[in-house]
Amino acid sequence: MQLKPIISSQQAAAKLANNQTIMIGGFMTVGTPEKIIAAIADARVHDLTIICNDTGLPNKGIGVLIHNQQAKKIIASHIGLNPETGTQMNQHTLEVTLVPQGTLVEQIRSAGAGLGGVLTKTGLGTLVEEGKDIICRNGQNYIIEDPLFADVALIKASIVDKAGNCIFKKTTKNFNPVMATAATTVIVQAESIVEIGEVEADQFMLPGTFVDFIVEE
Amino acid sequence: MEKIDVRDRIAKRVAQELTPNTLVNLGIGMPTLVAKYVDPSQGILFQSENGMIGIGMDIPNESNLDPDISNAAGQPVTALPEVTYFDSALSFSIIRGGHVSASVLGALEVDQQGNLANWIIPGKMVPGMGGAMDLVTGAKKVIIAMEHCDKRGNPKILDNCTLPLTAVAAVDLIITELAVIEVTRDGLVLLEISDDTTIDLVQAKTAAPLIIYNTPKVF
Repeated sequence: MQLKPIISSQQAAAKLANNQTIMIGGFMTVGTPEKIIAAIADARVHDLTIICNDTGLPNKGIGVLIHNQQAKKIIASHIGLNPETGTQMNQHTLEVTLVPQGTLVEQIRSAGAGLGGVLTKTGLGTLVEEGKDIICRNGQNYIIEDPLFADVALIKASIVDKAGNCIFKKTTKNFNPVMATAATTVIVQAESIVEIGEVEADQFMLPGTFVDFIVEE
Repeated sequence: MEKIDVRDRIAKRVAQELTPNTLVNLGIGMPTLVAKYVDPSQGILFQSENGMIGIGMDIPNESNLDPDISNAAGQPVTALPEVTYFDSALSFSIIRGGHVSASVLGALEVDQQGNLANWIIPGKMVPGMGGAMDLVTGAKKVIIAMEHCDKRGNPKILDNCTLPLTAVAAVDLIITELAVIEVTRDGLVLLEISDDTTIDLVQAKTAAPLIIYNTPKVF
């Protein structure tokens, strides 16, 4: 039996180093591991590159790390609900790369799946294609988008068993299960931790093999 | 006309464009109002790109609020009995893969080639594209629901977009409080006008030539 270590949020934050690339799950703060984020805020780790769908709300969700200026770069699809991100971008204290949401998740998925990237029509003829290769297949043009890896992925799950198997309820899934496949170290914040066998195995959405550490919420 | 009436008039007209028993994505803002005007017996399901098919028509109250259910704006929503939930990878397979029959979005600018701009005003407003670029690329029909002119009264329907594009030649239909306009290979065809305007007035507020094949219907 392979049990995953259950650690505190402070221990989770201590696994991050300055200048690392991290992924954080969640969508407009729904399914975001806020307890781990609070510990990262306290740990003052800085110059992070954060890959995330969005930067949450002002000083909420991933917005806490924006507010504390702990990020040097953001790769996200949407920053509109957190004006602090836009302000720091316009002041050139934060670099922001905006990526179409479907492309972002496929870049992460392809990294985790061992693929060399993805071909997509999304973004053709827009700023998104700048600096990228365009390839023609069967008479159709596609942008070649590279895989996106991270040093650490911070995700949130509703139920996690002690082997690290995860269930994500309803719309808390979003980027969480995909990010768990594309990072060297994966830390899951669990709303509840259960014994192995307590949940019907068919219910699990992410095998515990992707999870390195569990933080209880 | 009050702003609220304008939005409801547009939403009501958009609702008539949706095909029964299909999957539809409504963008953030005014497009979400469209759901209010869809007859539930038509079997139209609404997809939300954060990972849900089957958004309920009811607004959650204290008794049925579930913090684990939100729409693409992060707002709590209710779910139909037949709801399904999925991660972002599957959500965008649904979107890019052509499984959404109609995408309804707002716009900053639309032009006569069907080009759309709705994600950035350089130096001013940079919300990001979110799922919009994937939606307009993948949905079978792209309907723009917007006010005919901007806050200053300037046309938003142009001969050529001036802002950075969301997608090229993606828009099929434009619905405003004044008109229903189809984007065709030949240009913009005026299909309908509202009951409180005229063809000349609509053209005056549109910065691209409107083609008229038949007398526009009144809505």
